[in-house]
Amino acid sequence: MFTFLARRLLATIPVLLIVAVLVFLMLRLTPGDPAAILAGDAANTEQIAQIRAGLGLDRPIVVQFGIWAGKLLGGDLGESFYYKQPVTALIAQRIEPTLSLATLTIVIAVLVSVPLGVLAAWRFGSGFDRALMGFSVMGFSVPVFVLAYILIWLVSLKLGWLPVQGYQRLADGFWPYLRHLLLPSITLSIVYVALIARVTRASVLESLGEDYIRTARAKGLPELRVLVRHALANAAVPIVTVIGIGIALLIGGVVVTESVYAIPGLGRLTVDAVLARDFPTIQGLILFFSVVYVLINLLVDLSYVFLDPRIRY
Amino acid sequence: MDAPDSQQFEALSVEAAAVVRQESAWQRVHRNGAVRFGGVALAVLLAIALAAPWLGTVDPSLFDAGSRDLLPGKAGEITTLEGETIRHTFLMGSDSYGRDIYSRVVYGTRVSLAVGVCAALVALAFGIVLGLCSGYLRWLDGVLMRVMDGLMAIPAILIAIALVAAWRGSLVTVIIAIAVPEIPRVTRLVRALVLTIREEPYVEAAIALGTPTWKIMLAHILPNTVAPLVVQGTFICASAILVEAILSFLGVGLPPDIPTWGNIMAEGRAQFVQFPHNIFFPGIFLAVTVLAVNILGDGLRDTLDPKMAKRV
Repeated sequence: MFTFLARRLLATIPVLLIVAVLVFLMLRLTPGDPAAILAGDAANTEQIAQIRAGLGLDRPIVVQFGIWAGKLLGGDLGESFYYKQPVTALIAQRIEPTLSLATLTIVIAVLVSVPLGVLAAWRFGSGFDRALMGFSVMGFSVPVFVLAYILIWLVSLKLGWLPVQGYQRLADGFWPYLRHLLLPSITLSIVYVALIARVTRASVLESLGEDYIRTARAKGLPELRVLVRHALANAAVPIVTVIGIGIALLIGGVVVTESVYAIPGLGRLTVDAVLARDFPTIQGLILFFSVVYVLINLLVDLSYVFLDPRIRY
Repeated sequence: MDAPDSQQFEALSVEAAAVVRQESAWQRVHRNGAVRFGGVALAVLLAIALAAPWLGTVDPSLFDAGSRDLLPGKAGEITTLEGETIRHTFLMGSDSYGRDIYSRVVYGTRVSLAVGVCAALVALAFGIVLGLCSGYLRWLDGVLMRVMDGLMAIPAILIAIALVAAWRGSLVTVIIAIAVPEIPRVTRLVRALVLTIREEPYVEAAIALGTPTWKIMLAHILPNTVAPLVVQGTFICASAILVEAILSFLGVGLPPDIPTWGNIMAEGRAQFVQFPHNIFFPGIFLAVTVLAVNILGDGLRDTLDPKMAKRV
C-alpha cells in the first residue's frame, strides 16, 4: 500500500511537469514579445525591460523554463498586471465561491444521479430506464448557459423563489449563502447527473447479473438491501472514477456558470483575465485547475482500496 | 494475362474484405432509429444553413434604429445596404441594435455546423497521425503518450480559451483551439486500436510478405480504425459546436460581427429580463443541433462499434 502510494504520487510528477511545459510554451507560441504581453497593454518600456530581465528572456529557452519553474515551485505564479497583485493572492481571494459551487454541485449530482441510475438498472428496459437515458443524452446536449437562463427565467423571474444572480459570502450567514448558490449548483449539476447516472446504471446492471445477487435474493434479503449493499457497493469503482473524470467538465462548467450568475469566483476570474489578456493570471489559473484535477484523480485512485477490498496494491 | 503476384493478390483481398464489411455495416446503420432521427435532423439543419438567403431572411448584419427590441412576430422596418427601407416581419424579434434575430440565428447555423465539422476533422487528422506513429513506432510512444497525458490533465475549455486569447479569435483559430484538447483522446483511441490490430494474422502476413511499414499502416491498419473514428468524430463534432457557442457567449470566441448562436446570446444577456427571446431562440437551435449530433453518435456507436457500446 505504502509503495503504491509513493509510486502513484511519483507518477503524477511527469504529468504535472508536462502541464507546466505546455502552459509555458503557450505564451512563447503567441506572436509578439512575451515580456510585452506579460506586462500588458498599458506598460511602459521600463516595466517591460524589468520583466524581460526577471524572465531571463535573453537566455536560452531551457534556462527560461528553469527560471519560471523555479518560481512556480516556490509558490510564485507571477503578478497580474490587470489586478496589480500576485496571482496566488487573487486565487486565494476568489476560491471560496468556486469551491462552494463545486462542492454543492457534486453533492446534488451524486444524491440525484446514483439513486436514479440504480433504479434504471433495477428496472432495465422499462419506461423509466428509457426516460432516464433520454434525459441523459439531453443533459449532454443542452448548453449549461442556456439551461442557466431557462432556470433563471422560470425559478427566479416567474416564480420568484430564488435570487437571479450574485453571491453572498458564507460569513454573512448560511441561508443567504445557500439561496444564492442553489440555482447555479442545480444548473451545473445537470450534465454531471447525466454522466454519473449513465455510468451508475451500466455498472449496477453488470453487478446485478452476478451470482452473489442471486444468492442474496435466495437468502431472502429485502430488495433494497440487495440493491444497495450488494449491487451498488460492488459497482462503486466505475462510479467514483467517472466522478473524478467529470471534474474536468465541472471546471469548464464553473467558468460558464459563474459568468451567467455573476459569481465572483475563479471561473469569472478566468474569463475576465482572458478578456483583459492578462497572461500571468491565465497561466496561473490553468496550472491551478490542472493540479486540482490531477490531485482529485489521485484521490480517486487511492479510494479504490477502500471501495473494493479485492484491490490490493 | 499474368498470374497476380503477391502484392496484387494482397491488395485484392483487402479490397474485397472492405467491401463486404462496409455493406453489412451500412445496412445496420441504416436500420438504426437513432441514426435515422439524428441524420434527418442534421440534414434539415444543413439545408437551413445552405438555403439561409432564401428562407425569408435579411442580411444578418443589417440594423435599424427604428426596429430595436421588437418582440417575436412584430413587423418593422429595416434599411438595406443600398439605403432602401423595406418592411420586414421579425419572426424571432429583434435585438437592441434593431437586427433581425431570425436571420442571425439562421445564418448562425452555417457557423456552428462548419466549426463542428472542421474541428472534428482537424482533431481526427492530428489524432490519426499521432496515434498511428505512437502505436507503430515504439520509440516515439513513451514521449508522445506523456505529452498527451499532460494535455488531458488540462480541462478542455481552459485550453481552448487560452489558445484563443493567445491568437485572438478568428474562424481558423477558434476551430484549432477547440480541436487541440480533443487530439489526445483520438490519439489514445487510434493507438489502442493499432496495438490490437497489429497483432492480427493479416498484419503478420503482410509483414512476412515484406510490405513496407508505411503501407501496412495505411492499407492494413488504418481502414480497420474507421468505424470507431467515425463514432468518435461525431461526438467531437457535438462538443465542438457546444464549445464554440460557449467561447462566443463568454466574449472570447469569434468576433461579435459574425452571427453565431453564442454571439447572439452574448448580446442578449444584458436585456435578458425584459427580452428573453434574444437568448431562447438561438439557445433552442443550439440545443437541438447538439442533441441531433449526439443521438446520431449514439446510434453510430451502437451499430458500428458494438464493443464500445458495451463499455459505456
